[in-house]
Amino acid sequence: MSLVHWSYVAMLAFCLLGTLPLVWLFRLDVLRQPARLALAVVAAGTPYLVWDLWATHVGHWSFDPDQTLPWRIAGLPLEEISFFVVIPLVGVLTYEAVAAVRAGRGRWVLRR
Amino acid sequence: MTYTTLAVISAVAGFAVDRWVLRTRLTSTATWWMTYAIIVFFQLLTNGWLTGREIVRYRADAIIGDSQPQLIGDGRLFYAPVEDLGFGFGLVLIACSVWVRLGRSRRVGEAA
Repeated sequence: MSLVHWSYVAMLAFCLLGTLPLVWLFRLDVLRQPARLALAVVAAGTPYLVWDLWATHVGHWSFDPDQTLPWRIAGLPLEEISFFVVIPLVGVLTYEAVAAVRAGRGRWVLRR
Repeated sequence: MTYTTLAVISAVAGFAVDRWVLRTRLTSTATWWMTYAIIVFFQLLTNGWLTGREIVRYRADAIIGDSQPQLIGDGRLFYAPVEDLGFGFGLVLIACSVWVRLGRSRRVGEAA
């Protein structure tokens, strides 16, 4: 397996590397509410995952086997399934970080 | 149904969930639109990676443009089909809406 197989994983890692530090920077309590977070991720992610399964099945889009890891669940790369966890999480973290900025919360390094 | 139709439904569904189903009305707040401005910037960046490298490929009859990615034009924006904007908007808005809704009920629960 070559480095190129990690191309999709790299995109997901970039999303997480860009947003997880917001938890520390803005003292977000998002990760301390795992049930609330899981519900938000599942409620938003599930209908889109079902859509994705269908769209992949009927051929609206497809995934390059050379740029994804070999594992598939119901025809989807593991990365594509992870996408529906990572993106809702990234969305919630960004929302909470913006709310924190607007409320004047955050670490001293971010304050004027 | 084509991806084009479903992408419009996704954006409308996001609005509907936020305004009428969960009544979070995030789309009336500056916090949401600042969040979305950040999200859409990074969506264009990361999705450009996925689509420009053809990690994900689209069938021409499902989208406005054809299956050949280009930077801008022929239904493409930073290599991605413009339909992806509807997909992403709905997914992230629903995640944030559910997240905020659950937070409110939690706060109401604490107050009671």
